[in-house]
Amino acid sequence: MMARSRNFDITRLPGFTLIAVLSFVLLYAPIITLVIYSFNGGNSVNQWGGLSLKWYAIAAQNEAVQSAAIRSFVIAIWASIIATTVATMAALGTSRRAKFKGQTFIYIVINQPLMVPEIVTAVALLLFFSWIKIATGYAGLGYLILAHSAFCVPFAYLPIKARLDGMDTAMETAAADLYASPLQTFRHVTLPLLMPGIGAGAMLAFIISLDDVIITEFVKSAGQDTLPTYMLGQLRRALTPEVNAISTVLLAVSVAVLTVFFLITRKRG
Amino acid sequence: MSVTNGFAVVARNVGKTYGEGKSAVTALGNVSLEIRKGEFFTLLGPSGCGKTSLLRCIAGFETPTSGAILLSGRDITYDPPNSRPINTVFQSYALFPHLTVAQNVGFGLKMQGKPKAEIASATARVLALVKLEAFADRLPQQMSGGQQQRVALARALAPAPEVLLLDEPLSALDLKLRKEMQGELKRLQIETGITFIFVTHDQEEALTMSDRIGIMSAGDLLQVGPPREIYNNPVNRFVADFIGETNFLTAEVRNNVVRIGAGHEFAVPLNGRQGTITLAIRPEQVSLGPAGTGLPAKVVEATYLGTDTHYTVALQDDSRLTARIQSNTTASLEVGDQVGLMIDPNAIRVLEA
Ligand SMILES: Nc1ncnc2c1ncn2[C@@H]1O[C@H](COP(=O)(O)OP(=O)(O)OP(=O)(O)O)[C@@H](O)[C@H]1O
Ligand SMILES: [Mg+2]
Repeated sequence: MMARSRNFDITRLPGFTLIAVLSFVLLYAPIITLVIYSFNGGNSVNQWGGLSLKWYAIAAQNEAVQSAAIRSFVIAIWASIIATTVATMAALGTSRRAKFKGQTFIYIVINQPLMVPEIVTAVALLLFFSWIKIATGYAGLGYLILAHSAFCVPFAYLPIKARLDGMDTAMETAAADLYASPLQTFRHVTLPLLMPGIGAGAMLAFIISLDDVIITEFVKSAGQDTLPTYMLGQLRRALTPEVNAISTVLLAVSVAVLTVFFLITRKRG
Repeated sequence: MSVTNGFAVVARNVGKTYGEGKSAVTALGNVSLEIRKGEFFTLLGPSGCGKTSLLRCIAGFETPTSGAILLSGRDITYDPPNSRPINTVFQSYALFPHLTVAQNVGFGLKMQGKPKAEIASATARVLALVKLEAFADRLPQQMSGGQQQRVALARALAPAPEVLLLDEPLSALDLKLRKEMQGELKRLQIETGITFIFVTHDQEEALTMSDRIGIMSAGDLLQVGPPREIYNNPVNRFVADFIGETNFLTAEVRNNVVRIGAGHEFAVPLNGRQGTITLAIRPEQVSLGPAGTGLPAKVVEATYLGTDTHYTVALQDDSRLTARIQSNTTASLEVGDQVGLMIDPNAIRVLEA
C-alpha cells in the first residue's frame, strides 16, 4: 500500500537496470576500445601489439595530418565566430521585439539545417559554389568556412535564445530608465548578461564544425582535407592505428570544449 | 509662462488601453493629476486599478493611448524613457547582476557621459545617503533583500532626477524592515527635495508618508488630497472603505433629520439630501456607555488588540457597528452585555446611498 502511494519512479520499471547498462555499453565500449587501441604498438587497427605512443608520433609528423588539422581548426574558428554572430542577431530579433507575423517561419528558416538531410544541403552547396567558383575564379577556404557557418547557426542559436528568453527584460527597462540609449543598453546590459549563452553557442558551433564530414567532403576542393575527411580518405587505403590516434585527439578536444561549456552554463545559468 | 509651471508632473486626460479588439484591457480611463514640485505623492488603490500603468506612462515605458504627460510644463508624452529626467525604483529592484553595487549606482551618470571623477564622488555620496558605503564592491546577489532595496534607491537617486517613481518598493520587505524603510524614504525625500511619486496598496503606508494621496479604482482617480482630508472626508463609499476601517449604516432622512436603528435621530449636515442615505462612521468615533444612555445596543463580538479593543455591537434593528475603545479606559465588556451607543454627530459623513 505504501509503495502505491509513492510518485512514479522510472527506476522501478522492470528491465530498467538492464536497459541502462546495455545503453552505456553500446555508447561507450566502442569509444573506450578506440582510445585503448590508439596506444597500440602494432600495425593493425584491431590487433594488440603492445603499449606505445608510436602512432601519435607518426600522426604528428605526417604533413598531411598537420595541414588537415590546421585547416580543421581554422575553419572551425571562423565558422563558430560567423555562426555565433548571426545566431546572436537572430536570437535578439526573435525575442527582443514585439511578436510579428511570420515569426514561426523565421524559426524554421533558422533551424533549417537541423531538418533538411545533410546530404541534400551538401549537394546543393556543391552545385551553388561551383557556379561561384566559375564566375569568380576563387577556390580558397572561404567556401568551406561559409558552408560550416551556415549549418552551425542553429546549434549556436539554441543556447543563446534559451539564455535570452530566460533573461528578465526588466534589466533593459532599468537601463533605459537610467539614460542608456538602445545601443548603450545592448552594450552595457544585454550583451554582458547574454555572454554565457554566446560562449556556449560558440563552443557548440566549434565542435559541430570540427566534426563535419558530409558537407565538407562535397564542398572541399582538391587539397582541402580536414581531419575527418582525411581519415575518411585513409579508409579507402590501408587503415592504420594512426586514425585511432587522430580520433582520440579529436575526442579529447571535444570533451575539453564541452566540459568548459557545461561549467559555464552551470555557473551562470 | 504656462499655468502648469509650478507642477513637477501633470497628467492630462491620460487613458491607457492594452491590446486591441476583444482582448483590449483598459488600465487607465481618463486620469488628470497635478503633482507639485518637491511633493511626496502617493498613488493608492487595490490591485489592478492601474497604478503601475500610470507610473509607466510617466516613466516612458508605455505610451498613453490618449492624453498627455507634462514634466515641469513640457510635454514629454512621446519622449523615450532615456531622455526623461525621471528615475524609477522597481518593485523587483531590477539591479544589474553583472555590476557591483557602486557600478549599479553609477550606471545612470555613466550613461549620461559624466566624467569619471564626478561619477565616483556622486556614487560615494549617494551610497552614504543610504548607508551602504561598506558594500560598494559587492555584487547585488551577495546582499539581503533590504540592502538590495537600498541599492535600487541609491541607483535611482544618483543622477539627481527631477522626479523619482517608486512602484511598491517596500512590498517585498518584512514588516519591521518596511517600517524602517518608510522613515528612511521620507527622510531621503526631504533631504534631496526630489518629487516622489510612490505607489502602494497599503493604506497605512500611504497615510503616514504622503503629503498628498491619490486614490485610484478601476483605472480612475477618485480623490486627491492630503491624508487627513481623505481620511476625514472621503468622497464616496469606496474611498471611505479603502482608507481605514469604516462602519456603513443605511439611514432614512425625514424632515431633514437622520434616523438610524429603531428610530433614533441625529442632526447631521445633509445639504438637502432626502430619502435613503449611507452614513460612514469611523470605529474610533463610536463610544460605548452604560445601558440607558444613547442608543440601546448589544455587544456581539469583542476582539482584544492590545491598546485597543474592537467591539461589534448590534442595534435594535440588527444593523451592526464596530467601536474601537482604548482598552484601559472602560471596564472590559463581555459578549451579550447591553450598552448605550454614542456617536459624535460631527464625525458622521454622509455618502450617496
Ligand atoms: N502589458 C499589459 N498588457 C495587458 N494588460 C495589462 C498590461 N499591464 C497591465 N495590464 C492590465 O491593466 C490593468 C492595470 O494594471 P496595473 O499593472 O497598472 O495595475 P496596478 O494598479 O499596478 O496593480 P498591482 O497593485 O497589482 O500592481 C490590469 O487589469 C492589468 O491586467
Ligand atoms: Mg503594480
